[in-house]
Amino acid sequence: MTDLNRRRLLAGGAILGTGGLLAACTGNTPKENSGGTVDAARGDNAKPGKHVTIGFSAPQADHGWVAAISKNAAAEAKQYSDVSFQPVEATNDVTKQISSIQTLIDKKVDALVVLPFDGKALTSVARKAMDAGIPVVNLDRVFDTPQAYRTWIGGDNYGMGQSAGEYVGKRLKDAGVAKPLIAEVAGIDNLQLTQDRSRGFKEALAKYGYTVSIRQAAQFTVESGQQVMSNILQARPKLDAVWNHDDDQGVGVLAAITQAHRSEFFMVGGAGSANAMRLIKTDKSVLKCTVTYPPTMAASAVSLARLIAQGRGMSDLTEHEVPAYMVLASATVTKDNVDRYLPLGFES
Amino acid sequence: MSDDVTVPPVDEHARVERTAGVAATWGGRLAAVRGLGLVGVLVILGVVGVVTTHGRFLSGGNLVNILTSSSIVGVVTVGMTFVIIGGGIDLSVGALVALASVWATTLATQDLAIRYGAWVMVFCAVAVGAGSGLFNGILVAYGRLVPFIVTLGMMVAARGLAQSISDRKTQLVTVPSVNALASDELFGIPLLVYVFAAVVAVGWIVLNRTTFGRRTFAVGGNAEAARLAGIDVRLHTALLYVVSGLCCGIAAIMIMALTTTGSSTHGDLYELDAIAAVIIGGTLLTGGRGTLVGSILGVLVFTTITNLFVLNNLPTEVQNIAKGLIIFAAVLLQRRGRTATG
Repeated sequence: MTDLNRRRLLAGGAILGTGGLLAACTGNTPKENSGGTVDAARGDNAKPGKHVTIGFSAPQADHGWVAAISKNAAAEAKQYSDVSFQPVEATNDVTKQISSIQTLIDKKVDALVVLPFDGKALTSVARKAMDAGIPVVNLDRVFDTPQAYRTWIGGDNYGMGQSAGEYVGKRLKDAGVAKPLIAEVAGIDNLQLTQDRSRGFKEALAKYGYTVSIRQAAQFTVESGQQVMSNILQARPKLDAVWNHDDDQGVGVLAAITQAHRSEFFMVGGAGSANAMRLIKTDKSVLKCTVTYPPTMAASAVSLARLIAQGRGMSDLTEHEVPAYMVLASATVTKDNVDRYLPLGFES
Repeated sequence: MSDDVTVPPVDEHARVERTAGVAATWGGRLAAVRGLGLVGVLVILGVVGVVTTHGRFLSGGNLVNILTSSSIVGVVTVGMTFVIIGGGIDLSVGALVALASVWATTLATQDLAIRYGAWVMVFCAVAVGAGSGLFNGILVAYGRLVPFIVTLGMMVAARGLAQSISDRKTQLVTVPSVNALASDELFGIPLLVYVFAAVVAVGWIVLNRTTFGRRTFAVGGNAEAARLAGIDVRLHTALLYVVSGLCCGIAAIMIMALTTTGSSTHGDLYELDAIAAVIIGGTLLTGGRGTLVGSILGVLVFTTITNLFVLNNLPTEVQNIAKGLIIFAAVLLQRRGRTATG
């Protein structure tokens, strides 16, 4: 009887111990705070003006990039003493995002920054805000009509492909490769942004007389990147260059390359994660370059919203108003300039 | 109603066990034919591969690549085979792989692993997998809930927990001995493939050469008869989900090695891949009959199709159509097989 009890006690202890260890294992606080905004030099725009309230709505983070968007917006707002920042709960439910933006309209915020989950579906509520006299800064995913936003600021997917194509084309031409074998690992294929990126890449390569030898789509996930790349490496025993659309799936792509012991080519990444930039900096992997699609645009959007709400223009431009449309250039980050871009990289 | 009331007479016990055994050999023979069919499919795919890729398909590197790509879903499929033969279904496998991979790669776990050894991560992944499986099993067996619903709930909840622990970020594995599982090779074959082979071997022995395996067939074939034969059906059912969860934990370690990360996006749609492989492998979705070898052949067929499409640089859409058609064909074949024997 006592023996049984003791055994139960032991078993119970083991279960508790396991639970304790497992619970301890969920801790995920990084040791240092990383990623975020940079302090760019500003004209007299930084001087405090009229106090304004800026509402912010974005989708729920399903990968590092979207997570960085919300973080960057909040960090930027904190830098201004004249801004109160009002973010609403991040959601991937269109109706929820509409109703949360409606709440911000009812609160009569001075300006709105919106990254819509779906630009089409959120056009009407953004228009409502504009009609109510609240200027909307539309972030990245564009609304259906210019009536729905005061200013649009976003990245350039075609330009991203173009930057990657330019880098690949130039580097191969400089190396004197006549008929290079170029592979492309795309993101989710039925997204417009993936098609834009691929078109930019193709057209930039065409200038050098090059074509993509093999193109396969992954799912923007690490696992799919690994799977697609391991097969591509079998399909092409020799490659000269690889462009991978997304640095997050790039972790998997790089794992596949290491596992296949291949290194005869160079690789270009996409989006610009901090991890990819660190690899470029050490210059020990095949990753030599990444083309950015910067989530810092959220920080810029907040500062634009502030200026618009305060009725000010951008101090370095002659106009008294903030421009209505801003496409951010996709930067080509290599070993030579990586130090400048590293603080802008997002933790995937 | 208490189970103690009806103690089955010894001879009945023996009879039911025997019928269960007969059912198993029938199933075995039937599946052997179907297994042969799958080997045929693989051979056809191989011929197509050789013709369309100028022999590159048959290069050692590519064959190893197919095995490596199969290994993770393969391990999940071993567990799924047990659950389905036992008359259940487990929709939570993909999410459990994600959860275990995330749990085992948090900074806290990796800190412990660097201090005490990689086994901490292995233990963590396996414990999370088996623990979640036990949770499924208790709800199904003792809570008398439909497995489809229980594991559907687990699928959503585990994925959500994985997302909240990881904050939807990709967690890099910094412990070299874990990554070595995929990058180190023995006789030119990555260690991952050996892990896969070991899991299949153990699974085969347990299913075909132990009481546990015979009971699995008995419980899936006719739970009431199994109960009358003295099998603790509920306990056994619960254990089947533990087996499946355990396999997910092992698969999580493998995916951590292969992708060098833990992520809440891992194991996407594994439940479908694994169930499809089990079904085309000749296991009855209603339970009681099936083979592990068939399931593994099923996994190989799917991986080979993916491989062939990439080798020929064809788009993914066509690939999915081909996979769907193969599932239809397999199920039709299965129905014909059943009407022929019964």
